[in-house]
Amino acid sequence: MSETIGMFGTSGSGDTSGFGGLVRSAANVGSSERPYGSYFDEVTDELERAYPEFSDAIEKVIVDRGELTLHIKREKLFDTAMKLRDTQSLRFEICLGVNGVHYPEDKGRELHAVYPLLSMTHNRRIRLEVSVPDADPHLPSLVEVWAGNNWHERETWDMFGIIFDGHPGLTRILMPDDWPGHPQRKDYPLGGIPIEYKGATVPAPSERRSYQ
Amino acid sequence: MTTHDSYASATDTTEGRVYSVTGGDWDSLVTEIGQTKEERVVVNMGPQHPSTHGVLRLVLELEGETITEARAGIGYLHTGIEKNAEYRTWTQGVTFVTRMDYLAPIFNETAYCLAVEKLLGITGDIPERASEIRVLMMELNRISSHMVALGTGALELGALSPMIFAFREREKVLDVFEMISGLRMNMAYVRPGGVAQDLPKGAIAKVRETVKELRHNFKDNEKLLVGNTIWMMRTQGIGYLDIAGCTTLGITGPVLRSTGMPWDLRKTDPYCGYENYEFDVVTTDTCDVYGRFLIRMQELEQSLRIIEQACDKLDKSEGQPVMVADKKIAWPSQLSVGSDGIGNSLDHIREIMGTSMESLIHHFKLVTEGFRVPAGQVYAAVESPRGETGVHLVSDGGTRPYRVHFREPSFNNLQATSAMAEGGMIADVIGAVASIDPVMGGVDR
Repeated sequence: MSETIGMFGTSGSGDTSGFGGLVRSAANVGSSERPYGSYFDEVTDELERAYPEFSDAIEKVIVDRGELTLHIKREKLFDTAMKLRDTQSLRFEICLGVNGVHYPEDKGRELHAVYPLLSMTHNRRIRLEVSVPDADPHLPSLVEVWAGNNWHERETWDMFGIIFDGHPGLTRILMPDDWPGHPQRKDYPLGGIPIEYKGATVPAPSERRSYQ
Repeated sequence: MTTHDSYASATDTTEGRVYSVTGGDWDSLVTEIGQTKEERVVVNMGPQHPSTHGVLRLVLELEGETITEARAGIGYLHTGIEKNAEYRTWTQGVTFVTRMDYLAPIFNETAYCLAVEKLLGITGDIPERASEIRVLMMELNRISSHMVALGTGALELGALSPMIFAFREREKVLDVFEMISGLRMNMAYVRPGGVAQDLPKGAIAKVRETVKELRHNFKDNEKLLVGNTIWMMRTQGIGYLDIAGCTTLGITGPVLRSTGMPWDLRKTDPYCGYENYEFDVVTTDTCDVYGRFLIRMQELEQSLRIIEQACDKLDKSEGQPVMVADKKIAWPSQLSVGSDGIGNSLDHIREIMGTSMESLIHHFKLVTEGFRVPAGQVYAAVESPRGETGVHLVSDGGTRPYRVHFREPSFNNLQATSAMAEGGMIADVIGAVASIDPVMGGVDR
């Protein structure tokens, strides 16, 4: 994630308070070590048993705040999803949709797609995360695996511009059909209307000075 | 060709003849359509239609009165709440998310706050009284939301009286909300770390009294609909969706429970101390509109049971804190209800303006800058009246969310419209949509 300088992201302003020199960088989380704890070891073991290519498909495993995240390579996403759904000991019958996250500073992995999964059989939850470069934002569609992902993938296309190959009808869903751009990306301004009050204007929220 | 009708005008397009119907004389239209050879008719319903449950658009392909294909069009109420929240502090986010599913504001707030607390790692530090108040508010909210679902659902199928009774009961719940939070809807009452303020004097007594009234009055609605022949004929066997359909479509809530699956996050994955309350998960095994209607009806009683238990617990925890002890997260002012909603308490204003400059600085910093949340991502879910409301939050370590995403049950469940409506009669699509109970504010966000 990004590195921020100064309290308001400013530099060279002649600010002598010292706040302009603050540098904060978010720690890059590495892969977690075994044992993962809870049912997470069992899930990864079972997946490895059911899907021999698993070690090839996986980029990293992160256990954070009591949640398991599997980072999957996009070529293997469909197969992994199938195994997670169909394997007796895993049975992730429900996919709670897909959500995009845009990291413009993470070169080559700008767009992330996050799939929270739920197994009602075992009462377990895990999360799949896939990253794609902005220049080639293609992911396999999981509508065939979980039909309920249909609208969620359309929303992620609409908001982030991730193209889900194999989707039955990948069109915009929330924005109008002829809308330019993908609003949830970080390079898309929030916009808004500057408010005028007694001659002075209050800028739109994305242009206001704010703490970082 | 009939004479020109200003209410039902016809135009020729490349796709065929298009009729716009906005009221008026149907006979001439029916005669005219009857003259064409084609059996297939595409009907556009909504987005402004009294029985599509808000600004929902349905495109139905018909053969006679049978639906061969149904498509739902959404997005007419998209407000960009998720984007906006990225430009406000974590605490301000509450006032945004509460406006998503406007019939279940407390559930949006609680799900969001549980996620923020998980990111902060303070889930275990939330005072018990705060959780008890959250449970009380959520269950009251479930009643007010179900009242709208039942009332409008009946209205859309032609039964007017249940709507009047349902909204009467809903008003009683909203009165309680107003007493506790100062507002009837979109309260922003649940905050990261606890709730905005303690219950005012006399609130518990008022809740107990309301519970008694509601329990008595719910019987009116029950008498009107349960066992009513017309109602049963309009709802039984309609909008069928079995458990296989529900799982593949990711359907949760009353629709899933109408297949006989007792899946309720309050039992399977308890939060806010739901494991300490006694209540039953209501199911039916009919997979139809009638089953979902019965579930909502009976969940009202279960909510009343939980509210009564919450009242007993709140009586015991009188005087205990309702906000996490960490002064870097909890806002310093104890807010109070004024004539225009929640505001700063006068005692606090007196302190920061008159006696303590440090208090003023602390207040200013916390309110304008907000608190920082360690980098990472979490998913938190609650059982809302419509199913699993999930929140996916990403933080980059700053004072504002990096990404807020709501997995809205209305949005997800509305996908079932096609599966429920296709092959059925056009009159039944209304009942099917009503039984999903979508709230367009939540669908479009």
